[in-house]
Amino acid sequence: MTIKGKAYIAGAYEHPTRHAPDKSVAQLHAEVALGALADAGLARDDVDGFFCAGDAPGPGPASMAEYLNLTKLRHVDSTELGGTSYVALAGHAAAAIALGKCDVALITLAGRPRSEGVATGTTPRLRDPNQPEAAFEFPYGLTTANGYAMCAMRHMHQYGTTSEQLAWIKVAASHHAQHNPNAMLPEVVTVADVVNSPLIADPLHRLDCCVISDGGGALVVVRPEIAKRLRRPAVKIIGAGETVKHLSAGTFDLTISGAARSGPAAFAEAGVVPADIKYVSIYDSFTITVLIQLEDLGFCAKGAGGKFVADGNLISGVGRLPFNTDGGGLCNNHPANRGGMTKVIEAVRQLRGEAHPAVQVKNCDLALAQGTGMQLGTRHCSATLIMERE
Amino acid sequence: MARPIPAPPVTVETEPFWNAARERRLVVPTCSACGKAHWYPRAVCPFCGAEKIEWRAASGVGTIYSFSVMRRAKEPYAIGYATLAEGPTMLTNIVDCDFDALHVGQPVRVAFAETENGPPVPMFRPG
Repeated sequence: MTIKGKAYIAGAYEHPTRHAPDKSVAQLHAEVALGALADAGLARDDVDGFFCAGDAPGPGPASMAEYLNLTKLRHVDSTELGGTSYVALAGHAAAAIALGKCDVALITLAGRPRSEGVATGTTPRLRDPNQPEAAFEFPYGLTTANGYAMCAMRHMHQYGTTSEQLAWIKVAASHHAQHNPNAMLPEVVTVADVVNSPLIADPLHRLDCCVISDGGGALVVVRPEIAKRLRRPAVKIIGAGETVKHLSAGTFDLTISGAARSGPAAFAEAGVVPADIKYVSIYDSFTITVLIQLEDLGFCAKGAGGKFVADGNLISGVGRLPFNTDGGGLCNNHPANRGGMTKVIEAVRQLRGEAHPAVQVKNCDLALAQGTGMQLGTRHCSATLIMERE
Repeated sequence: MARPIPAPPVTVETEPFWNAARERRLVVPTCSACGKAHWYPRAVCPFCGAEKIEWRAASGVGTIYSFSVMRRAKEPYAIGYATLAEGPTMLTNIVDCDFDALHVGQPVRVAFAETENGPPVPMFRPG
């Protein structure tokens, strides 16, 4: 049993807003849902599978299914994997379609942390006192930023990675963002700009961190027979993998992410290898997130990520592995503090040949989207999705 | 201590750990069935599944596995992972230190810190 070739991404839509004080979260979900359906050339009543994650208001899929007035649902999935949920849900949608559980799957994401003034990355938060690790983490001021920073610090210690090498990841993203009219940070930056920006949590600087934005995005995944009669270019899902990586009861290596497991699973299902991939969307909550995932996916050896990303190797038209050509979370958009959706959307644009001409990868027929949700420095979810243009 | 330390949410499962902490004793949960120490503390051994956890006195010494100084905070503080002599690596704060002299591999020793209306939590200082 495989999902390879059993489902196609027929619709993709990224909300143009980056600041939405005048809209509700439910409203944003609805706008992206309708945007993706319009992109696919389908209607709301065609939807019989609904997929969402922890950003959807209300418990599970119920409130949003009602708000959207989806009346034909016969399959729902609200798997919460943090920011990578939508990478995983695209694979889940393909699996559900392969099993005949639904024909037209809608996946939505939306949120407005910018309008709501959420100090996302630098404030310790006790989410749930029943989380078994809470007493052993919360008192120490664990935040998103310093958790990822400890991964960077350890990677530097173990492999000699430098702040300048990490900075190249931001530099590449900024080269792409300059062509995106919706990008929050469209200015091209240099390595010096990054390493001279203020330290947030050693060794990560302000420009090593992603943006905080309102907005959202949605995908429509359909069975092959439906994809063939739609007007949009067909993007076939050919491989998916997911996992959880955690602290293993106190015996762990912070330089390794869940991509080391979800990546090989997706490659095996797709029957391709890293060298075949023409474009990658890599979750970029921080620069270090990208570097560790690229290594774990096998685009370079473990520990060689610093050299791999340096000197523009991730810049479209310049380097060997163009990444995040929309500007990514580092420069473009990180709606609801969850970057997985926009990762899949930009991969779809690339495969359709609809990326900005300045960043469009030539003959882009094979793309990968990789996401890490939650906290790289403690426990996180990883999902990998491989897609092919027909 | 500049940064107010929030109280750890104590549960019935980890009460023995916090009772020891109130006496400024660091204990490491160790399974008497398989002999392995683990972190964070739990009642079910994460290695063999036995519910035979002993709260063994730790030496209180370890080394820094990784760390980060949180600069963007009202009062900067150092968060880190300390690998205990007993084996497991635990999240903590490094206190009473020169932030700019911290390094991976540095020897550290336990130092309990008061919390707001809760038991003290184990932190570490160089030495």
